[in-house]
Amino acid sequence: MAAILIIARLTIREAQRRRLLWVALFMGLAFLLVFGIAFHYIRLDIERQVTAGDDITFVSLLLLTAGLYAVNLLTNVVAVLVSVTTLSGEIESHTIDAIVTKPIPRWQVVMGKWLGFAGLVLAYLALLVGGLMLIVYLRSGFLMDNIGRGVAMMALAALLVLTVSIAGGTRLSTIANGVMTFMLFGLAFMGGLVEQVGALIRNTAAVNVGIVSSLIMPADSLWKKATVYFQPSDVSNPFELGPFAAITEPSSLMVAYAVVYLLVLLALALRSFSRRDL
Amino acid sequence: MSDLVIDTHSLRKEFGPKVAVADLTLDVRAGEVFGFLGPNGAGKTTSIKMLLSLTKPTAGRATLLGRPLGDLAARAKIGYLPEHFRFHEWLRADEFLNLHGELYGMDRAARGAAVPRLLKLVGLEDRAATKLGAFSKGMLQRIGLAQALLNDPALVFLDEPTSGLDPIGRRVVRDIITDLRQRGMAVFLNSHFLSEVEKTCDRVAFIRGGRVLQTSSLKEFEEEAMQVVVRVGQPTPELLTGLAQFGRNVALEPGDGRVRLTMSDEAQLPALAHWVVQNGHNLYELTPTHLSLEDRFLQVVGEESDE
Ligand SMILES: Nc1ncnc2c1ncn2[C@@H]1O[C@H](COP(=O)(O)OP(=O)(O)OP(=O)(O)O)[C@@H](O)[C@H]1O
Ligand SMILES: [Mg+2]
Repeated sequence: MAAILIIARLTIREAQRRRLLWVALFMGLAFLLVFGIAFHYIRLDIERQVTAGDDITFVSLLLLTAGLYAVNLLTNVVAVLVSVTTLSGEIESHTIDAIVTKPIPRWQVVMGKWLGFAGLVLAYLALLVGGLMLIVYLRSGFLMDNIGRGVAMMALAALLVLTVSIAGGTRLSTIANGVMTFMLFGLAFMGGLVEQVGALIRNTAAVNVGIVSSLIMPADSLWKKATVYFQPSDVSNPFELGPFAAITEPSSLMVAYAVVYLLVLLALALRSFSRRDL
Repeated sequence: MSDLVIDTHSLRKEFGPKVAVADLTLDVRAGEVFGFLGPNGAGKTTSIKMLLSLTKPTAGRATLLGRPLGDLAARAKIGYLPEHFRFHEWLRADEFLNLHGELYGMDRAARGAAVPRLLKLVGLEDRAATKLGAFSKGMLQRIGLAQALLNDPALVFLDEPTSGLDPIGRRVVRDIITDLRQRGMAVFLNSHFLSEVEKTCDRVAFIRGGRVLQTSSLKEFEEEAMQVVVRVGQPTPELLTGLAQFGRNVALEPGDGRVRLTMSDEAQLPALAHWVVQNGHNLYELTPTHLSLEDRFLQVVGEESDE
């Protein structure tokens, strides 16, 4: 088991050495800065025009949700980018040869990498979400209820994408794996849109397409589930939240499905790497 | 409990229709330096990879240190320098050795002792803080060799350990191998530098097309056939026919009056000298020479090649 931690630490050290950590941190701060400036000026404008407290709160909610939407997208993309080359790249370059011939089971190498990247991605998510909340709170005193649960859904989505990319890396070349992972991600995104529209115009076929796509890749459903937590319960028409709103709420079963999906995929990745020729 | 560190029976590896290793059957004893020789594409690297469980054999069975392939306890006592010696280039040399020591399960104290010692052994003590990305090819190969010796292995696989080394480095590797043997470790060596193999190995196997053609000890080679050069004042046809009773392939060198023949028994030399003198020839030279490993390689591997 010690090997898992050794590899996880190695993974984080690699991110550090390759300046990934610093670039991500710097860009994350830039993102927060832009958000902060935008939030400040929009707030100024709204405060001049609107006086009802509820409406001002609603604007904070809308902007924060928009920010979280961007963070969700960013962490998912970052999760793919940082992990997509890790196994295939080391297999192609043969750096893995001297590692897996050590007295450690091969699956622990994959597990260690997964753990290391999961730590990085979750820390990144926490940083961005924490930054957004802090900016909104300091400027407007608004605190979102239920944000913990919502962020948990976002975290699950990021880990899901990470797991897909790691699992793909056990068999595919880096480039093929990147294409596969992004296409899956895009498919889920498109399926989610189709489902929204389908629900809106009450078209069952479209809704079913959406459901099937979220079964193939549940990341987008998790985001929808998150927005349900972000919306205060008294918002009468969820569509007021615009494109960030969930018109159809994914069931808890979908969340359970996503967890099982992740675990099964991770198990497959461990197995697939253990069995392949290097 | 046998003293075989490697014992394989009909190991076979196919990549789709391509048979990389057809039938690998060999054994390596404890404390032995074993040379594994063959032309490019003979299946040497594939054989090592099967033994180290990097690739899965299509058929056959084998044990390493008396344990089945893939056994973790056995791996803890095995060192490996891969043919491609590519390592994490963003690590410093000392960090790299530390990492691999950790993977071997060595504690901090053991690593603290082994890392500087091995850096010195491979001549990289001044480069401990250099990133591997800034290493030359030969330096990478040296650090890879240090990595293979971290755990004081009972068996070391070296896949062409000197392919990127300068003459000094090759000498260093040769000394390391000799030292390993003295300490009772077994070495499985792939190499195309036959003069080195000749100096370091106890036994060699010739492999071609994924098949072991011949396994012999280098001692056997020495005792086996040798070339003998006989130079007399005036070689006559009777001399040539007479010499045929001592060996085969008797041939007169054009020009200088030397006669060459192949003999299998060194003990016959005095009798040969006696016979030559008795028959009234003036004997100027009688020189036995053994076949070099390279001659041997070309003989065994070369003759039927390009099938
Ligand atoms: N992954 C693979 N897929 C398909 N064929 C392979 C693979 N690896 C090796 N081979 C083939 O197997 C044969 C043996 O290759 P191997 O690398 O074992 O040779 P080698 O004896 O180490 O040669 P060299 O002296 O050049 O290192 C070659 O014909 C090679 O093309
Ligand atoms: Mg080779």
